[in-house]
Amino acid sequence: MNPRAFQIQPQDNVATLIDDASPGAVELAGAGRGELMVTEKIPHGHKLAVRDIAANEAVIKFGVRIGHATQAIPRGGWVHLHNLASDLDERSGTLDLHSGAPTDTVYE
Amino acid sequence: MNKPLPTWSGYLRADGRKGIRNLVLVIYTVECAQFVAHAIAQGETDVHVIGFPGCYDNQYAVRLMLALARHPNVGAVLSVGLGCEYTQPGKIAEVVRKSGRPAESFFIQDAGGTSKSIARGKEILARLRKEISEVKRVPMTLADLTVGCECGGSDGTSGLAGNPVVGAFFDRLVDAGGRAVFEETVEMIGLRNILSSRAANEQARQELTAAYDKAEGYCKAVRQFSASPGNFAGGLTTIEEKSMGAFAKSGTRPIQGVIKVAEAPRGPGLWILDSVPDAHFMQFGYTNPNDSEGIMDLISCGAQIVLFVTGRGSVIGSPIAPLIKITGNTQTYQRMIEDMDFNAGRVLTGEQTLAEAGDELLGLVSRIAAGESAKPELLGHREYFVMYKHQDTPSLSAGCRA
Repeated sequence: MNPRAFQIQPQDNVATLIDDASPGAVELAGAGRGELMVTEKIPHGHKLAVRDIAANEAVIKFGVRIGHATQAIPRGGWVHLHNLASDLDERSGTLDLHSGAPTDTVYE
Repeated sequence: MNKPLPTWSGYLRADGRKGIRNLVLVIYTVECAQFVAHAIAQGETDVHVIGFPGCYDNQYAVRLMLALARHPNVGAVLSVGLGCEYTQPGKIAEVVRKSGRPAESFFIQDAGGTSKSIARGKEILARLRKEISEVKRVPMTLADLTVGCECGGSDGTSGLAGNPVVGAFFDRLVDAGGRAVFEETVEMIGLRNILSSRAANEQARQELTAAYDKAEGYCKAVRQFSASPGNFAGGLTTIEEKSMGAFAKSGTRPIQGVIKVAEAPRGPGLWILDSVPDAHFMQFGYTNPNDSEGIMDLISCGAQIVLFVTGRGSVIGSPIAPLIKITGNTQTYQRMIEDMDFNAGRVLTGEQTLAEAGDELLGLVSRIAAGESAKPELLGHREYFVMYKHQDTPSLSAGCRA
């Protein structure tokens, strides 16, 4: 069975993986239908673009704006700290993409 | 669906509230008394410990501890101090006695050191336990319950499954005449209009927007939004996204208004707890330094049970009110099954509808209210956190220790 991604609202442009995904097909569930192709390994809980998102375009989940794309994101692309930024929180943009650990606190 | 609502036997307190447990609470009034307080409670059944580490007192912390000391699940209190600190164990005991509960206090310096204090404390515990064994038992229903909820260690499943299942339960609790309290206004960032649209009336709308504006301003001022490395590793990317997921625990019923730490809901229904510090010349403390702090805040509002939604998995518990751990992540549920009470991830795989999960959670809450132990209780988890903070209260005159 292909890994699944759950789209909450029809107007959302992202869906949340409920299984781990490897390069290949992902099946949309919830408000989404059909398949997406992903090109990288993405862990469950993370988001995929369900359509092409332009730079600076609003990223929509739960039917609401959760921030803006900092670069163009293709359909099936991983949506996370490297291409999605909060409209309010400056600090999270500095966190490590994979672990989420802070990079701006000095340990010395 | 239309099954009769559960009833069970509770403990009637003098103020009319009903407890689901009948505990003795040991309270220490400075870090220097912490070891002795825990040693007194060690090996005792139904004795829990909280305390405040600071030597200088803090009005917020005193108010919080007094609310916990007079919680419906607490039958009696022993307050223990070292003898030098500002916070007064004798005054805590006096306030508790006025609430109709037996309470005693002493200073470790007066008792003659560690061993004598532990022995004296255990003698007092035996006496208090005997006294509260005669507390009147009364029937309880969901209408007598206040249930709190917060989430911690959130991931991409929390907003999809864990929190929506709590929302479905909260709808049922509110419809049955109970009180539901959720918090973390710092995790409602970006939701000003949504919050406003859920207000039960104009007064509630003003309270909600004021609490929202304070929370957003606070996060901007301290340059720290309420998201942790684990949230990001779990797939959450922005505070707006985490907030929408967290807000799903509110269900669909109108929000009656905003309460502060140590304040009980002013009536039945759904309420938001504001635990963010108010503006003050010394801005005491971060708003939500860890999950245990938030859980203590919910218990201080009278919650007899707290639901804790954790996608990534947490092992904490709480004193005074049982903590029920819910995860929307089936992998986390299986990996940490010893700690997890409820797998909400089944609504994502289609094994269960949201409504069925809400009904099942209602059944679990009722069984735990009736005396069954939640997993953190069985494991002995009783983490607590009381800290310096400032919150305005109408009756409080301002001061550096306010």
